[in-house]
This record gives sequence, C-alpha cells and structure tokens, in this order.
Amino acid sequence: MTTPVIIRGAGVVGLCVASELRARGALVTLLDPAPGPGPQACSWWAGGMLAPFCEGYTAEEPVVRLGQEAATWWQTHGAEVHRNGSLVVTLARDRAELSQFARRTSGHETVSGANLGGLEPLLADQFDRALFFKDEAHINPRQSLTTLRARLIKDGVTFEQTNAAPTAPNVIDCRGLAARDALKDLRGVKGEMVILRAPDLTLSRPVRLLHPRFPLYIVPRGDGVFMLGATQIESGERGRASVRSVMELLSAAYALHPAFGEAELLEIGTDARPAFADNLPRIRRRGGTIYVNGLFRHGFLLSPALARMLADLVLDGQIPEVMDEDHS
Amino acid sequence: MPIFYETEVNSRLMLGTAQYPSPAILAQAFKRSGAGIATVSVRREAGGERAGQDFWDLIADLGVKLLPNTAGCHSVREAVTTAQMARELFDTPWIKLEVIGHADTLQPDPFGLVEAARILTDDGFQVFPYCTEDLVLCDRLIKAGCRVLMPWGAPIGTGLGLNNVYGLRSLRAHFPDVPLVVDAGLGLPSQAAQAMELGYDAVLLNTAVAKAGDPATMAEGFARALDAGRLAFEADPMEPRDMAAPSTPILGKAFLA
Repeated sequence: MTTPVIIRGAGVVGLCVASELRARGALVTLLDPAPGPGPQACSWWAGGMLAPFCEGYTAEEPVVRLGQEAATWWQTHGAEVHRNGSLVVTLARDRAELSQFARRTSGHETVSGANLGGLEPLLADQFDRALFFKDEAHINPRQSLTTLRARLIKDGVTFEQTNAAPTAPNVIDCRGLAARDALKDLRGVKGEMVILRAPDLTLSRPVRLLHPRFPLYIVPRGDGVFMLGATQIESGERGRASVRSVMELLSAAYALHPAFGEAELLEIGTDARPAFADNLPRIRRRGGTIYVNGLFRHGFLLSPALARMLADLVLDGQIPEVMDEDHS
Repeated sequence: MPIFYETEVNSRLMLGTAQYPSPAILAQAFKRSGAGIATVSVRREAGGERAGQDFWDLIADLGVKLLPNTAGCHSVREAVTTAQMARELFDTPWIKLEVIGHADTLQPDPFGLVEAARILTDDGFQVFPYCTEDLVLCDRLIKAGCRVLMPWGAPIGTGLGLNNVYGLRSLRAHFPDVPLVVDAGLGLPSQAAQAMELGYDAVLLNTAVAKAGDPATMAEGFARALDAGRLAFEADPMEPRDMAAPSTPILGKAFLA
C-alpha cells in the first residue's frame, strides 16, 4: 500500500522529509511557492556546518546527539560531504574563552604549533592553539538542496509551485517561519551572513573564532569562496543586513587572517531562522496536519533526524521524542 | 525591598536578557532567582514594524517589571531617540540610560550622560543612569533629576567584581537616601554579596548569568548571595581589626605581652 502525502515547503526540512518518506514507499507531493531552492528559504543562507559537538556549547543535548546522524545522511543522499572536522580558535587575549569552550563541549582535541599548521597552514601564522573536532563535517548547502531536489524528481516525487493550503488529509507542514500563521509560539531569529571570494586563501574545514563580542565562523565553499556567519538577533526581520553586523563579521574575518581584507565581497545575505522558545525543534500534530519546525540554526544538522522521526510517525505510528501532541 | 521612583520591586536582583542560549533558559533563570526587573535592549533589535516583538512578548510573559535600556548608544542624541522609542514600545517612563564613551572598555561618557539625563528627565522619563562610581558625576546626575544611580562595579562583561570598593562605599555614605544599584562587571555571587554588604539596594547583571554553563543555577546562586549580603548589612557587621581578639578567654598569659 502506498500512502499519499503532501508536504508544504521545499526548504531543507521539506526536502529531507520528502526523501525519507519516498525512500519508504510513500507517494509524495511537495508544494512550494518558489520554483526551486533559492533565497526565499532560510536554508539558502545556511553555513552548512555539520558540527554537533561545537553546537553543544550553547545548544541542548538533543542537538548534539541527533546532529551526529547528519553527515552520513547527507553523504548517502548525494551531497558532497567534507569530513575534515572543524577548528575552534581565539585571539591570544581571549584564550580563556577557548578553555571554557573545551570544558563545555566534547569530541575535541587540542592542537598547537606544527600540528595546527599541518591541518590549516593559513592559521599557523595567527594562532598557536586550536580545538580540533575531528568528527565534524561541512557541506555546501545550496548545492546539497539542489542535488536533493533533483534526486527526488528522479525518484518520482511531484513538485507543485503553489502557496495554496491543500485540503487533502495527511499534510506535513515544513514551511519554516511562514508557518507562524498556525504556530503562534514560533519566532524568528535574524541572521546575517557574508560570502567572500579569496582565491589565494585555502581552508579545508570550518573555523570558529570565539570572541566575547563578535563570534564568527567561516566555512570554505571551495574555489576560493568562503561563507562568513552569522549574527543571531532576536528579530523576525528578514530583509535588512545592517552595516554594524556586516562590519562585525568582516572585522572578525580580518582578525582570522589579514589577507581576508583583500577578498572580494560576493554576497550579503540575511534571513530569520524559525525557532521555539527553547531553540529546539518540534514535530507537532494539529488536526490533520503535522508540523516539523523550529530547527533554528540547525536546519542541515537536524533535518535528517527529524525526517527519520517524521517518517516513523507517519508510516509506522511511532511517536518521536520531539513530538508535541495536540492536547487541546 | 528597593523602591525605584515610587515603585517597590520584590527582589534585589535585576537581570539583563541578552546572550542566553535560548529564551526558555532565560525564563528559567528568572524563575529560579526570583529576579524582579528585566532589562531589555531596544536598539539592536529595532527593525521595521516591531520586528523584535516576539522576543519582547516572551520577556513580557516573565511577569516582571521591564526596564528598557539604551545599550550601545554612543551619543546623547542616539540615547535620547532610543529612550523615546523604548517608551513607546514598552509603555513605561523607566529608562536605563547608557551613553558609551569608549568603545573598548564600554566606559560611560559622564558628560553625555548628564546631558542626556537632563533632557530625558525634563521629558518625563524616570532615568536609571549607568555611570561610574565618581562622586561628582553622581551628584550631577542627581541634580539633573535622577533618583536612582547605577554605578559600575567593573567594565561591562568583565566579571571583575567591585573594582573600587572605596568609591562605592563613599557613594553610599554621600547618598544615603538614593537607591543605588551596582550595574555591570559582576562575575560571581560573592561579588554581589559584597555589594549588598556595602548597603547597595540591588545589582544588575547579565553576562555572569547568561554565559554561565548553567544560567538558571547561576541565577539562583546570585539570588542567595544577595540575601546573604543583605542580611549581613542589616545585622551591622563587626569592625575588622588588626589584632586577634579571641572569642573564648585565654588564661595564663601576661596582659599586653
């Protein structure tokens, strides 16, 4: 028996959910107002770090545990996953921040001197010590979304370009912040990011610069392209990157290596991440609709686990741990 | 309990609302500590059409008094505009006035502070000025209409505690009837207890709680320290002395040996 399922929203959550459901035999239709992955979805602006251990610095336990599924999932779904780990550094005067980060996270080792230079020659001039999270990974989010969509089409999933609410039963709502019309406790957390081209500079893995005022991460996208992210502001505003934020991001990049001062500014992006009050994701059933939402800054990290749980729920009736049932 | 501009609050702890891992953890910190006032920043979140409203609603749900601030303002004009925006957004005459004079230390600009305090007081605001512990500055702020003073313990976010105990004690002595709040620089509950022992009315902190590994537990730690320090102040502590004074009599020694 094939179950027909309609998914609203073809951002990272919708595409992952569609993949899991389709792989398990469901007949899937995806509805989205846009013709394909693009700037209308906040996953378009993501960093693409699959860094569950680093995220554990501020995120709660489920993010660390569930996020560990992500790298393998993306790899088996056609994405080019770079499993080179990630690095965390501080400027010399903020050294205490590095010790604190080490205390509050797991899965890392300290690398210094020649070992750090061996991993990332670019950092050896500026930093004498780093935390190396060897089991972390990164992907190119835009490429991964595009690849995933193409695979779904090949596997017989139907995409319809529409914003209309379906009347059929079995609707999975993955619209992100747009689902605020139904989920009143969803809020937006604004993020601003920058994309640079610096063809002379090479990084093999994401680097986080801890800073008491301007924390930053930089993710290599290949071909000399780098993504700098990201601010985190309590605001649902989606369309306005401020000079202050961009200046902070760029200054932090410059601090990471002065050669970033010569980079070409390719893009300034901004959007709002959908989040619940605890910044943890939810699968929530309301009448005939199941919402998968609130992935906050962990869209690529947590979508695989959420998609698996959603498929278990829809196809096998298994209640997932992040379920938030309708008691009203 | 302290009274600020005729309003009595039910706690000596005031907490900032920035930098927490999540709004849910922020709410736990308030609940565990019983903090009575939440400061909220207007400037950075201010986008079009009340873009920060969802977060502000979460703060409002805490059920505590709101004290909007002008964090990040570097000029009188900017601070005054931000205060006016805050009054509209939060419907309160209270404003924690920050005019930053130095980007690196975030040290208050004493000259701009007095000017902005006067403008805002004349406009009907009830101003809580974030200031240094300078006695003359504090005197000018009171003359400008402030009826609360919020001297720093140390620069914002440093966690260095009370850097000038002499200066803070001197403020308490000179302004026995003005509510005094140590604002900024606290990192540990013992430092908050020390402020209470000096007779301060309240403390305001943010980073020490928000950036702790377990913010809610740290908030409770601060709340208990405030109780301990306040009790010590009310109990009139002994005077320290150089010579040991045994609490049980020692016999058999020559007097004044």
